[in-house]
Amino acid sequence: MIWACAISSSPALPLADGLGQTLVFKDLLGWTAAPWWAKLAWDLAVIAGVFGGLLSVIAMFCIWWERKVAGHMQCRPGPNRVGPIGIFQSAADGLKLMLKEDLLPKDADKWMFRFAPYMAFAPVFAAFVVLPFGPEFVFEPRLAVGIFYILAVLSVEIMGVIMAGWASNSKWAIYGAMREACQMVSYEIPLGISIIVGVMAAGTLNMVRLGNLQAGGIHTWLIFRNPFTFAAFFAYFVASLASNKRAPFDLPESESELVAGFHTEYSGLRFSFFFFAEYAAMFVVGGIQATLFLGAWNDPFGIIGYFHAKFADGNHDLQLLVLNAVASGIFVTKAMVIIFAQMWMRWTLPRPRIDQVLYACVKVLLPLSCCLLLGASLWGLVVGSRAGVPWVDYQPFSWADWRAVPVALATQIILVLIGLGGLTAIALWVGYAFITGRNLKQRLTDPADIISRIDQTGPVIT
Amino acid sequence: MTNAMLAISDTQLATNVLFYTLAAGVALSALAVVLSRNIVRTALFLLFTLGGVAGLYFLLNAEFLAAVQLVVYAGGTLILIIFGVMLTSKAPGMKFEPKAIEVLVAAITGTIMLVALLAGIISTRGYAGHPAEIVRQPLDWGTSQYPVSDLGQALLGDYLLPFELASVLLLVVMIGAAFLAKGRRRRSGREDKV
Repeated sequence: MIWACAISSSPALPLADGLGQTLVFKDLLGWTAAPWWAKLAWDLAVIAGVFGGLLSVIAMFCIWWERKVAGHMQCRPGPNRVGPIGIFQSAADGLKLMLKEDLLPKDADKWMFRFAPYMAFAPVFAAFVVLPFGPEFVFEPRLAVGIFYILAVLSVEIMGVIMAGWASNSKWAIYGAMREACQMVSYEIPLGISIIVGVMAAGTLNMVRLGNLQAGGIHTWLIFRNPFTFAAFFAYFVASLASNKRAPFDLPESESELVAGFHTEYSGLRFSFFFFAEYAAMFVVGGIQATLFLGAWNDPFGIIGYFHAKFADGNHDLQLLVLNAVASGIFVTKAMVIIFAQMWMRWTLPRPRIDQVLYACVKVLLPLSCCLLLGASLWGLVVGSRAGVPWVDYQPFSWADWRAVPVALATQIILVLIGLGGLTAIALWVGYAFITGRNLKQRLTDPADIISRIDQTGPVIT
Repeated sequence: MTNAMLAISDTQLATNVLFYTLAAGVALSALAVVLSRNIVRTALFLLFTLGGVAGLYFLLNAEFLAAVQLVVYAGGTLILIIFGVMLTSKAPGMKFEPKAIEVLVAAITGTIMLVALLAGIISTRGYAGHPAEIVRQPLDWGTSQYPVSDLGQALLGDYLLPFELASVLLLVVMIGAAFLAKGRRRRSGREDKV
C-alpha cells in the first residue's frame, strides 16, 4: 500500500499538484477524481493503519527482545513460557495491561494525567512519516527537511513526560520529569550537531536523498565519508541514548531512587503507552542513525542501488516493489542492530548520577561534537568528497570516477577497513568465547563451591 | 452555487478547511493560555498554540520554518519555561491570581495589539491574498535546489551581519547566565561550610 503511494509520487512520475505538497495531507494514490476529503481520510487511515500496526509490532518485538537480551546477559533464560522461546510474551503482557485497572491518583491533575501518555506517544508516531524503509517505501519522500523534522517532533516528546510527572502530583514522578527536562534539553544539542556533521557530508536533509547518496556500496556510506562523520556516528549514538532516556542515561525513571520516575503513578493501558513510545523512539533514532550513517536501505555491495537506478524509469513497478521489500528488510535489520547495541549498553553499564550525566554532555560530548563540526567543515573545504548519487551520477567501483578526489577515496577505504576490523574483532571475541565454552555454564558459579567457602570463613558482611 | 465558488478547486478547498481548522485550534488554545490559572496547564496550551502555528507553516510549504518552530519554541523554550517554574515555585500547584488592575492593564494592551494587528492584516491584504491562492511551487527533490540551502546561502551571504550580531547577543546572554549561576553556587557553598 505504501509502495503504491510512494510510487505515485516518485520523481519518475509527475508530482501530484496541491495537497501533495503538505506533510500529512499528501495525495496518496493520485486519485484526481476523488473528493479531497476522501483523499484526506484515506491518508489518515493509511497513517493510522500501516504505521500504527508497524509501530506496535516493532515495540512488542523490542520489548520481548530486550527481556531476552537482559536475561541472557544476567545468566538466565528470560521469558520462555508464552509461545516458542517466549515470543508471545509481549502480546500476553499487552492483554494483561489492557485488563488492568486504570488507576488515577486522587490529587492528580486528572485531565493532564489522562492526556500525557498520548502526548508522549504521538510525536514518535509522527516521526514514522518520513522514515525511509526503501527508496520508494516512504510515506512522505519529498519533505525537504526530513531529518530535521524528525528531530523537531521528537523534541516535543519531552513534553509528554514532563506532563505525566507533573500531573501525577507525586514526588518521584516530578523528580523524574525534572531530570528528563534538563537531560533531554542538554543532549539535544550534541545530538543535533552530530547529525549536522553527517548532513554536511551529504549536503541534504531529505531522508530519501540521504539514502540514495549512499547507494554505491559500503565505501559511500556517510559514516566512512571522512574521519569526522566516523566519530560523529558514536557521538550520535551516545546522545541518542540520553535523549531516549535509555540506560545508562535512564535517570528520569531510575527505579532504585525514584520508584519508577515519571510513570510511577501510571498503570494499565496508559503505562503501556509510555512503554510503546520508548521502544518506538528507539526504533526511530536507530532508523535515523541507519539512514544518516549506515547507508539507509542499501546493502554493502551497492546491489540495491544498482538495480534501483536501473528500474526507476517508471516501467518496472513489480521489480521496484520486490527491490523495496528487500530494501526495507535491510533497513529494519540495521535499525535493529543499533537497538541491540542500545540494549547491550543498558545491561552492561551502571547508571551515573544526574550531575555526571550533565557533565558528560556539557563538558565532553558538546565540545567533542563542536570539534567534529569544525573538522567536518574544514574537511569539506580542503578535501571534499565525490558529490552525486552513485550509479546515477557516477560509478562507485570505477577508478575513473574517483580520480578527481583521490584523498577522499583513500580515506573512505581506510575507514571502511577500520570499521570492518572493529566488527571482526568483536565477532572473533564472541566466537572465541562461544567455542571455548565460556558460556552460561562456566559463568555461573557453582552453589556448592560458595557454600563450602562460607563454611570455611563464615559469611562476609560488609 | 455561484461561479466564484465553483472556481475554487478541490485542493484550495482542502487547504482552506485545513487552514481554518488549524487556525481555530491555534486561536482556542491561545485563549486557553490566557484564561487558564494553572501555570503548567498554561504551558501545555502554549504548546498546542506553537504546534498549531507549526502546522500552518507546514500547510504553507515553509517546512524548515515549521521544524524550527517545533525545535526552538515547542521543544526548547517551552521546556525551559516549565523547568524554571518547577525549580522556582515553592508550592507545586502554583496558580495565577491576577489583581483587578493587572487584568485591566492586560486588557488594554491586548486591545491595542489586536487593533494594530488587524490594521496590519487589512492593509496588507492586497499583497498576500487568500491562503489558498498562495502559489505552490512543486519541490524538485531530485536536484539539490532545496529551499533550505537557499536559506543557508542567504543567512551566511546577504544577511551575514544581522546573523552574526544575533549570535554575539546570544553569546553575551550565555556568558551572563553562566556568571549568575556560578556566583550563586559559590555563596551557597560557603554557607554549607559554616
